Amino acid sequence: MRHGVARFVTGFLALPLGLYLFYVVWPFVQAAGYSLTDWGGYSDTQNFVGLDNYVRLLSDELIRKAFWHNVFFLITVPLFTIALALFLAFLLNVGGREDRAGIRGVFGSGIYKIIFFFPQVLSLVVIAVMWQQIYRSDGQGLINGLMIKIGLVDADNPIAFTSDPEPFLGVPAVLWWLLLIAVWSGAGFYMVLFSAAMQSIPKDIYEAALLDGASRFHTFFRITLPLLRDTVSVAWVYLGFIALDMYALVFVMTPSQGGPNHASEIFASVLNFTAFQKGQFGYACAMGVALAIFTILLAAAQLRITRRERIEY
Amino acid sequence: MVIYPLLWVVMSALKTDSEVIRQPLSLIPAKLNWDNFARAWGAGHLGSFFLNTVLVLAGSVTLTMLLGSMAAYALARYEFRGNRLIYYVFLSGLTLPVYLAAVPLFKGVYNTSVYLPMLGPNKHLMLILVYVAWSLSFTVFFMHSFFRTLPNTIAEAAMVDGASHSRLFFSVMLPMSKPGLISIGIFNVLGQWNQWYLPTLLMQSVAGEEKNQVIAQGLIELSVNQGYKSDWSGLFAGVTMAMLPVLVVYIIFQRQVQSGLTAGVGK
Repeated sequence: MRHGVARFVTGFLALPLGLYLFYVVWPFVQAAGYSLTDWGGYSDTQNFVGLDNYVRLLSDELIRKAFWHNVFFLITVPLFTIALALFLAFLLNVGGREDRAGIRGVFGSGIYKIIFFFPQVLSLVVIAVMWQQIYRSDGQGLINGLMIKIGLVDADNPIAFTSDPEPFLGVPAVLWWLLLIAVWSGAGFYMVLFSAAMQSIPKDIYEAALLDGASRFHTFFRITLPLLRDTVSVAWVYLGFIALDMYALVFVMTPSQGGPNHASEIFASVLNFTAFQKGQFGYACAMGVALAIFTILLAAAQLRITRRERIEY
Repeated sequence: MVIYPLLWVVMSALKTDSEVIRQPLSLIPAKLNWDNFARAWGAGHLGSFFLNTVLVLAGSVTLTMLLGSMAAYALARYEFRGNRLIYYVFLSGLTLPVYLAAVPLFKGVYNTSVYLPMLGPNKHLMLILVYVAWSLSFTVFFMHSFFRTLPNTIAEAAMVDGASHSRLFFSVMLPMSKPGLISIGIFNVLGQWNQWYLPTLLMQSVAGEEKNQVIAQGLIELSVNQGYKSDWSGLFAGVTMAMLPVLVVYIIFQRQVQSGLTAGVGK
């Protein structure tokens, strides 16, 4: 009997684990090894250079720029997505007409929930290609066309969107335009998530608050938000990962994949450029390891901060 | 706000090129130009992109589900040495950035082709195996928690009746996990349909070899490298066709998608 179990478990684990180790774990281990060499990628010569690549990383102007752009997305993507999603979820679930119950969503909220979720299932690629057309800078894109029609934008001088390196509020304008896409595509999912959480809040809490004469503004900040804290913090962790992975958007939306003039460069774009265009695989691997360490530290920090006692209801 | 851009894309797919350029904002085309779709499908290679994607997905999703539930089942319901360790090894894949593995993965696939040509770059079988490996983390994680919830009494009864371990899995446990399997299955379909980075990395297309590409990658090449030249309506038609299957799958299974994605989150 015991013997049968061992054989069964081995048989069930061998193939999946083998495949996983070979195509996922092993490349990561190798990357860590390559990061200590000066391997160029297309030749066989590789010399052990110790931590040289990491030292170089610290003084690399481009990487520093990319790092701050990553940080920008890391802060803004969760912040704006969660704010918008909370607002929409609140409207859908408790923002409806104040009738007897006073706690229902606006009309047709079920359909809204399906539609708002659409961007989540669309691939980032479809979204990116679509927004390329929305952002077209020759006056025929969706936004430029609309703005010219209303007279907000000069037809000879349309908005440049993702090819605009001019700083806006301290960061290149192109980053804000990329942020808009990320928020647009993510808000629906988190709205559904927050809706589910809001619906599990007992209605009598709201009714009691309304009887006490609380305004909608107060209900939201005093009741809904504190009770949603768990969900919001999980969303924050998810969005943190999404924010680190803006590469597809940068790749498709920006001129020369990180441009103009490196204004939208992020970790992943620099890594790919270094590895496959400049042929410096060893150095690129060091960037990857740095990114991984950064990600893991971040995840650990987020889990620490958000792990507090739950509110029971 | 959400639906207008989507609608705009679909309607632009039905316009003529000059309409797209002269009246980009109007939603209603003068005449419905269905041949945009035919042109994107044929000359734009979208037909072969679709076929490639469907073939790869049929293989990879089936294999992901089978291997993922086998591993999750063994880990969830049997106690043995190294159980926790293996589970955490699978989980670790959720946090590591794919870009870190890019270079060795690319090189590994390249080297493999010397001994196993069918696993070389630009080969669909290789793409299937890589998709499976990279989808295992989440699948194992998801199915693990699902198998844990199944009651023990049924397993014990089956064992008393003389069923073997694997028979118990295939004829009792797997059928019982159908709701979980459907959720994670749709999740894998959506995730792998949308894959872009892995195929771009591993299917480094040589000019004229677009026929191997999958949909997301093909679409990007067409829009970034201007494969459509200035065939705007063709590009819109391509985007529309690429998002259609996903939306259909989503609308049919939206309950499972939402409950799957929100599983374990919130209260």
